[in-house]
Amino acid sequence: MNKTETVENKLTDLKKTLAYYETFSCVQCGYCLPACPTYQTMGKETHSPRGRINLVKMTAEGKLTNLNLLADSIDKCLGCRACETACPTGVRYGKIYESAKSLLHLREEESSPSKGWKNILLHSVIPNKKRLNRLANFVWFYQKSGLQKIARHSGFLRLLPNHLGEFEALLPTLPSPVERAKRPVRFPAQGKPKYRVAFFTGCVMDAIFEKINRLSMQLLQKAGCEVVMIEGETCCGALHAHTGDLETAKQLAKQNITAFEQAANREPLDFIVNNAGGCGAMLIEYDHLFRGDPEWEPRARTFVEKTRDISQVLTMTGPLPIVKQTNQKKEVVTYQRSCHMTNVQKVTKEPLQLIRSIPGIELREMENPDKCCGSAGIYNIVNYNESMDILDDKMSTVKNTGATTIITTNPGCLLQMKMGIIREGLQDKVRAVHLVELLAEACGIEI
Amino acid sequence: MTQFQSKLLDEIKRIISDQRRVLWEEHDLYSYSFDASFGTYLPDVVVQPVTTDEVVKLVKFANQYKIPITPRGHSTCLSGGPLPVQGGIVCDMSKMNQKLLIDEEDLVAIVSPGVLTSQIHKAAEEKGLMYPPDPSSSGVSTIGGNLAENSGGPRGLKYGVTKDYVIGLEVVTPEGEVIRTGGRTVKNVTGYDLTKLIVGSEGTLGIITEAILRLIPKPPASETLMAIFDDLVDSGRAISKVLSSGILPSKLELMDQASIAAVENYEPCGLPTDAEAILLIEVDGHPHAVADEIASVREICKQVGAREIRMAKNDKERQELWKARKLVSPAIAKIKPTKISEDATVPRSKIPDMFKRLKEIRAKYNIDLVVFGHAGDGNLHPNIIADKRDKEEMRRVEQAVSEIFAAAIELGGTLSGEHGIGTMKAPFMEMELGTVGLEMMRRIKKAWDPNNIMNPGKIFPEPGQKLVLTDE
Repeated sequence: MNKTETVENKLTDLKKTLAYYETFSCVQCGYCLPACPTYQTMGKETHSPRGRINLVKMTAEGKLTNLNLLADSIDKCLGCRACETACPTGVRYGKIYESAKSLLHLREEESSPSKGWKNILLHSVIPNKKRLNRLANFVWFYQKSGLQKIARHSGFLRLLPNHLGEFEALLPTLPSPVERAKRPVRFPAQGKPKYRVAFFTGCVMDAIFEKINRLSMQLLQKAGCEVVMIEGETCCGALHAHTGDLETAKQLAKQNITAFEQAANREPLDFIVNNAGGCGAMLIEYDHLFRGDPEWEPRARTFVEKTRDISQVLTMTGPLPIVKQTNQKKEVVTYQRSCHMTNVQKVTKEPLQLIRSIPGIELREMENPDKCCGSAGIYNIVNYNESMDILDDKMSTVKNTGATTIITTNPGCLLQMKMGIIREGLQDKVRAVHLVELLAEACGIEI
Repeated sequence: MTQFQSKLLDEIKRIISDQRRVLWEEHDLYSYSFDASFGTYLPDVVVQPVTTDEVVKLVKFANQYKIPITPRGHSTCLSGGPLPVQGGIVCDMSKMNQKLLIDEEDLVAIVSPGVLTSQIHKAAEEKGLMYPPDPSSSGVSTIGGNLAENSGGPRGLKYGVTKDYVIGLEVVTPEGEVIRTGGRTVKNVTGYDLTKLIVGSEGTLGIITEAILRLIPKPPASETLMAIFDDLVDSGRAISKVLSSGILPSKLELMDQASIAAVENYEPCGLPTDAEAILLIEVDGHPHAVADEIASVREICKQVGAREIRMAKNDKERQELWKARKLVSPAIAKIKPTKISEDATVPRSKIPDMFKRLKEIRAKYNIDLVVFGHAGDGNLHPNIIADKRDKEEMRRVEQAVSEIFAAAIELGGTLSGEHGIGTMKAPFMEMELGTVGLEMMRRIKKAWDPNNIMNPGKIFPEPGQKLVLTDE
């Protein structure tokens, strides 16, 4: 059977391609409605979890035949999976959603294969460390050379598609190519070594937030971990899986699992640590990705069992060596949770415990702290208006806390919070940081 | 788009200025075609009004052209109330949620129909007051839906159901007129009690656009215990002894052996799987009274032969005890995907008889039946777990459900304690009410809604209508 035939089969045998049987576990009770950010802002069942599940079912049964209408509902989903946490019957929404994404992806490939910026970004840049580095170096050059000033003054940025000009303003100052190359591949533990951990640098995280990666490794080091980098690791595949490209996601997963196995063969490793809520969620579901695959499922499970968010490891290593002065003025902070960390990884207590361990900090929770900020991978670029409605809701609850620091645990959320601060005109009063930055600051780690 | 649809839309867009609140595309229609019961029915258009004036114009239009109109809230209904069984207009009231006023002097809440029940709970509690009805869906259900279906909840035993707390309504009649019933006074005997007639009428007599709800002072304390029984009949005796001892618990919930086993299998909570029944009893009120009462309840359970009694010492332990009950739904959903939740209710004294009948029905039709529910008020919630795709099994379930209804009525009970009639129980109405009883209700419907446009196809059975739980 050639490839076209397979695709055609998948597009016609909808009950098999879509997670049809999974949809039966939804009893349509509606408990997911208040948890769903898009139902709240867009106001109709078409954009609610049970509405989406029903549309997948109707499509599989051949009742809804217009796939554009299915796409209208599915593509507006953030994939935050807050509905799974709210669901009283344990419906695996993620699986249903991904099956629909995958179907829509196949159809798109059929009509216009490998076209568009999304495709180039996902297939040619993100999984390729060299190209990502080159891109990061270009951004560094752009920031340092004066090009950025020219671009900002010329109004050129406003001409970019998908509001990309607005995202440009959010980029942190990037390290120079020389600094980047100088980063060691091993950070020895300080004090008595407690664990040896592999650090998962990620793709976007390492390109744009290299500083946070470096701070993470130094924090782990200070907490008594020997940190090693995994040679040959690549993007976790979350962005691909969420756009329905499960094949690429699997390829990337295999590459990561293999790279980790090779590293673990050289020396025993206690954990694979990541610092991005979204990546971590993808990594801990690698075994789901290979369900039923006799070779890869067990290999993936070993990988999953070792995977931890950095907050989990920092909690296990005992109290952090905090040096922060306590006589400083109290800093009011609020914590915007990463949906994937909360709803998929179920890591909820550790970040709070770490935040509360810093003297001189007052944590004031916002209303609905578990609600998505609207960043959701590349959702804020693809569905800019819908995302900004969700962000504006979020920012009103942030403002009510009076916090001057917003803490996040995922790069996407961090950028989105920075965007929110600009939209509210609070640049001089409020900052957004990754939890790691706040902890590093308290421990006196600087780069 | 059909010709009918495009004509409808032209008119409706004149009534609703914001086009985003008029939905007509196929995927939107599918999204408003279901509730938490059975069946898929496509409306021709969905409208989301936000003012009484919009509702009035919409209903007038529907009445003029004899187009069916079905009001709905968040469609958490278990009996089919919000299903547009004859197509036409679905009137989604969930966007009409602007008003939520608590008047501490008159002890009332004045609310728009789209307000969530849990928002009323929260607003009342902030002022030290309580709105007692708490259906388990209160976090998502709208008060409008609760009013239409006359929802209950675990506090029904002590505090009653929704109708016991409604003293005034604003209603758009099926002919598009606005009336006010009742008012802000607890005492009101002026004329027929239209308030109580509208509450529980399932959207067949009009659309509620505002409600005045009675509030009570919030009890300052509560205590919970769990009693485990080897024998189901003993637990039944414990229930009647507690209730005749001068104590009125705020909640009295039961889990049978099947539900205990399902929970332990799903998430072990340390419950004995060989026990035949577990009772969860909560009392509320003044701290001194509560301490006294929970001690008496404990004594009674012991006397009757409870094998073990667990008392909660603090809030955390209290939540631990209730956790088992909360886990029943997800636990049984793991057995098979389709859950048919019934709410046939019997007089308290008949609880042990009803248990016996349920056991017989379970054996006769070889079905997965678990019982967990508001035992204190006879609202037992037999739940049948099945697989909708298994046609043969569903036929057996249909027969079993019919027999459950018959048993409840024979024992002096009722078809529905809190979920409503809708489409699911319409075929059994005559069995409970008799020909004349049902006919009197029909006459009321006809007088209010001469063109039969308001949520047609509910409550009253079509000739020969039977319970159908499969899609075909």
